[in-house]
Amino acid sequence: MRNGEIFVAGILALFSVYLMVKSAELPIGFVSGRGPGGGAWPFWLSAIMLVCCGFIAFNWWRGTSPPSRSEEPFLDSYGWRMVITVGGALIVFVALIEVISMYGAIAVFLLYYLRFLGRHSWGLSLTISLATPLIFFFFFEGAMRITMPTGLPFTDPLFDLLYEIIY
Amino acid sequence: MEILSLLGGGMLLALQPLNLALILIGVTVGLFIGAMPGLGSVNGVAILLPITFLVPPSGAIIFLAAIYYGAMYGGAISSITLGIPGASTAVATTFDGRPLARQGRASLALVTAAIASFIGGTVANVFFTAFAPLLASVALAFGPPEIFALMLLAFATFVGLGGDDIPKTIFSICFGLVLGAIGFDQISGAPRLVLFDMNGFLQGIGFLVLAIGVYGIGEMIWTIDQARGEVETSTPKMTMRGMASDAAEATRRGWKGTAIGSVLGFFVGILPAAGATPASLMSYGVAKMMSRVPEEFGRGNPDGVAAPEAANNSASTGSMLPMLTLGIPGSPTTAILLGGMVIWGLTPGPLLFVQETEFVWGLIGSFYISNVAALLINLAFIPLFIWMLRMPFTILAPMIFVLSIAGGYAATRDMFDIWLIVIFGLGAFVLRRFDYPLAPAVLAIVLGPIAEPTLRQSLLLSSGDPSIFFTRPIAGPITVVALILLLLPALKLLRRRRGKAEDGAA
Repeated sequence: MRNGEIFVAGILALFSVYLMVKSAELPIGFVSGRGPGGGAWPFWLSAIMLVCCGFIAFNWWRGTSPPSRSEEPFLDSYGWRMVITVGGALIVFVALIEVISMYGAIAVFLLYYLRFLGRHSWGLSLTISLATPLIFFFFFEGAMRITMPTGLPFTDPLFDLLYEIIY
Repeated sequence: MEILSLLGGGMLLALQPLNLALILIGVTVGLFIGAMPGLGSVNGVAILLPITFLVPPSGAIIFLAAIYYGAMYGGAISSITLGIPGASTAVATTFDGRPLARQGRASLALVTAAIASFIGGTVANVFFTAFAPLLASVALAFGPPEIFALMLLAFATFVGLGGDDIPKTIFSICFGLVLGAIGFDQISGAPRLVLFDMNGFLQGIGFLVLAIGVYGIGEMIWTIDQARGEVETSTPKMTMRGMASDAAEATRRGWKGTAIGSVLGFFVGILPAAGATPASLMSYGVAKMMSRVPEEFGRGNPDGVAAPEAANNSASTGSMLPMLTLGIPGSPTTAILLGGMVIWGLTPGPLLFVQETEFVWGLIGSFYISNVAALLINLAFIPLFIWMLRMPFTILAPMIFVLSIAGGYAATRDMFDIWLIVIFGLGAFVLRRFDYPLAPAVLAIVLGPIAEPTLRQSLLLSSGDPSIFFTRPIAGPITVVALILLLLPALKLLRRRRGKAEDGAA
């Protein structure tokens, strides 16, 4: 955690500098007759962020913040496995939305999570992962009139059928 | 006396069978829409606006106000049970609501939220009834310097009260404010902070994108990691007797927060552009400051649930005041209500109280009735919300992820934002591991678009002289209090060091 603390502070400091540079694309000073320039607000806030990173590094050096005194690793083997299996699944879930539709992606994600991470029975996993997208469809498209992504054209026949029910 | 008879007439109008049915349906629909992460009162009111053309204008506004009330109660439900604030007004409710739910005391948190909301709403109704025209003129005295000073106070409550790492808290606030500045410069219209030259940033980053990322994804992954796969789901049982004892405990341990939230919430709510989010945040801060056990805040103190909940309901009623009396909406929802009134042929403004007496007092009467209806309906559904918490965590967790992504898309309709939600979620998990507080960033992204233009307008008024924040009669004291709160941690640190030095010398 001790190394991680200074590493994260360094990354955030670099990001603050990047934000300052991007803000400076617009005027950052006082423009006569028009008040502070468009870049002033984000520029000075990013500058404060940079100063804060300096203080965080100072506290790290003095060892006053809890992570800077901690000897435990940022993530142990369980933590890494969990971040990869859950975080990775979320990324795949979002990537699938534009391929097999929001509802298809929900079904696949739930089935994966319930069956393989949650170790629930096939029956329960299949029931929840099929019922949830259906309920969501009728709630979002039917009741709230919010259209969700339907994915690539191969999903059209299924959606035509479902839309016929609600319209 | 005249006010009482007008109010009585208004209540009778609200109790007519059609209007009463509209109130009951509106509150129930609002409660469930508000409880969905990603959907808030704005969605409910906007979606159901067309339905209101089927009923007379007085019934229509009563229906919309009932949805608004229901959604305000509903916002607390996802904050407490899922840990995801359904709306920015309910962010502060997660601070103590979520810890209570983790301790298996979700019912206490939900009952406290319901009772505090009811009292907040009722106190605001009484203020509204008694002082509407007078308060409208006070609200008008709030110009850009006063509103900026108020925003400064909201941020100062965070820094001044936090026992956490101060540089990290300030970093978080500034980070949220910068995220809120992405998109277009509101004054010149020039594109600003288009990060990595990706066009998706041109539309800015909404509050919900950050909130759902931080709470729906980041916080969940953090919980799964901390619990090492064995998340203890509380299995609270809900009985009538249990609810009665929770109600008694909520009253005993949450009265102070309720009182602070009810009064402070209303006054912050009536200010144009301020609204329920800073109101709930400030009330939480003040309740913590005035508590005898401030260290219990953030670990499951009922006062910490009561204060923001009383405040957001009170402020919601308060924000109706500038809309009705001046025609200035205080929040996006009241802006839609205002639009509805214009479509129905009513002109909001000072004359509304004179020309459309029946409409105005019917609406005010319906506030009282909606509030009672919302309390009863909310209490009736608490067992259902508690039942949700008894689901095994390996079912609840993927459901929350799915709700976050689908709710996020419903709110923004943009895949770019969904990717941002995932990135914010994973980033929030890392920052949470290193003790960065993230709630300040979430609130800052809401308040930033109010704070920046008011700061720029104020400096334009004073030709760049910042003393404008100190010399105006209302802005001055607010700014001074904000600065004292900001400097408080440094003063405490100095005193502690001096104390240590004296001990060493002795």
